[in-house]
Amino acid sequence: MKAPPFAYAAPVTIEGALALLAAHEDAKVLAGGQSLMPALNLRLAAPSVLVDINDIPELSEVSVTPAGLRLGALVRHSRIGSDPLIAGAVPLLGLAYPHIAHGAIRTRGTIGGSLAHADPSAEWPAVCLVCDAVMELRGPGGGREVPADAFSLGVFTTAIGAGELLVAIRFPAWPASRRAGFSEVARRKGDFAMVGAAVTVDLGAHGVCTAARIVLFGASDRPIRRHAAEARLCGRVPDAALLREVASVATEGLDPSSDLHASAEYRRRVAPVMVRRALAYALSLPEAARAA
Amino acid sequence: MTPTESLFITLTVNGEAVSREVAARLSLADFLREELRLTGTHLGCEHGVCGACTVLMDNEPVRACLMLAVQARGRSVTTVEGLTPPAGGLTPLQAAFQRRHAVQCGFCTPGMLMSATALLAGNPDPTAEHVRDALSSNICRCTGYVQIVEAVMEAAAEART
Repeated sequence: MKAPPFAYAAPVTIEGALALLAAHEDAKVLAGGQSLMPALNLRLAAPSVLVDINDIPELSEVSVTPAGLRLGALVRHSRIGSDPLIAGAVPLLGLAYPHIAHGAIRTRGTIGGSLAHADPSAEWPAVCLVCDAVMELRGPGGGREVPADAFSLGVFTTAIGAGELLVAIRFPAWPASRRAGFSEVARRKGDFAMVGAAVTVDLGAHGVCTAARIVLFGASDRPIRRHAAEARLCGRVPDAALLREVASVATEGLDPSSDLHASAEYRRRVAPVMVRRALAYALSLPEAARAA
Repeated sequence: MTPTESLFITLTVNGEAVSREVAARLSLADFLREELRLTGTHLGCEHGVCGACTVLMDNEPVRACLMLAVQARGRSVTTVEGLTPPAGGLTPLQAAFQRRHAVQCGFCTPGMLMSATALLAGNPDPTAEHVRDALSSNICRCTGYVQIVEAVMEAAAEART
């Protein structure tokens, strides 16, 4: 199908975009368009105004400082995959990148667009949650910051309020001792995950785990931290048996939904495998996938 | 800035400057097909999944169904028609598709050629896995992909000799 009629504006400043959002209540922000354009073409969305933010140079800025990595909301997937500065600063971005869409989608799609769209099966929201990223929002009343764990509120729902624009994502500095892992299953490489896991593990003296973060995505209405499983890892030296235990704890009480792509039962069955694989990758341990 | 339902745009398509007044809602794919009559760009799913509408914008592959024509203003777009060498005939990639019979109904072929052209521009020596990875963005429902991958590999090998 074709997009319904709308009026279009392409401001060149953040202030210009905010003024348009303030003036048009049902305006939609057009970033990379890789989710909004399908929604328009399928007539799932029919805004009266599209505010195209692609001409705002500030939104494509990337900076690495001792405090960490800051990505403008309009930084495209392809740049995350091709700029060694980005994956160097936050290695988990580099690990997740090969799972993000296909070439032609990566050219246009943006990290901010993926976060604002909030598909529960998307990779970037999960990566942001693992990394304790902070979302910088700008709105009519000025700027505010929302931590990743308060940003995703449900299926296609975020903390972005009326008239607000996601302008950047900040990732805290990555400690040298931190290791990362990422694993997902999808129908086709590059498709949204049916279920997946993103993890980080910090190792101290003698290989003892000092901190861990485990996030599942595609398993709930938003990416979810698994605190009990993280606690199970801490203070111990991870081995294959411990990873099996942690993977089992990580998926206790999981209540995924069934959809076109996978049944709830399948997601429940595969989720612990994803956790184990991601942890095994992070820790360079054998996968131990058969022993479940 | 007042939002408008139509805009006057200028862009480059297959090396030639083009100017038109277009509706904001018009997709780049429909602009190419309906306004410019460049019907080599095919529309399958119109939501970014099938890849038939893949074109190059500033030498990078994009889905023409997931961009507005107005967003291509000031850009350079290449469609399958624009692959034709100045002297006419086929590109080595197109010739390899013909030799290997990497077509059946032909509907996906323009998108396959554009995705493969972008791949080979960035990676002249791809493995079969690279080719499969790059073409995973394009759906073919009849050839089974084997000859398509062979054709891309053959064109790459030919370009290196």
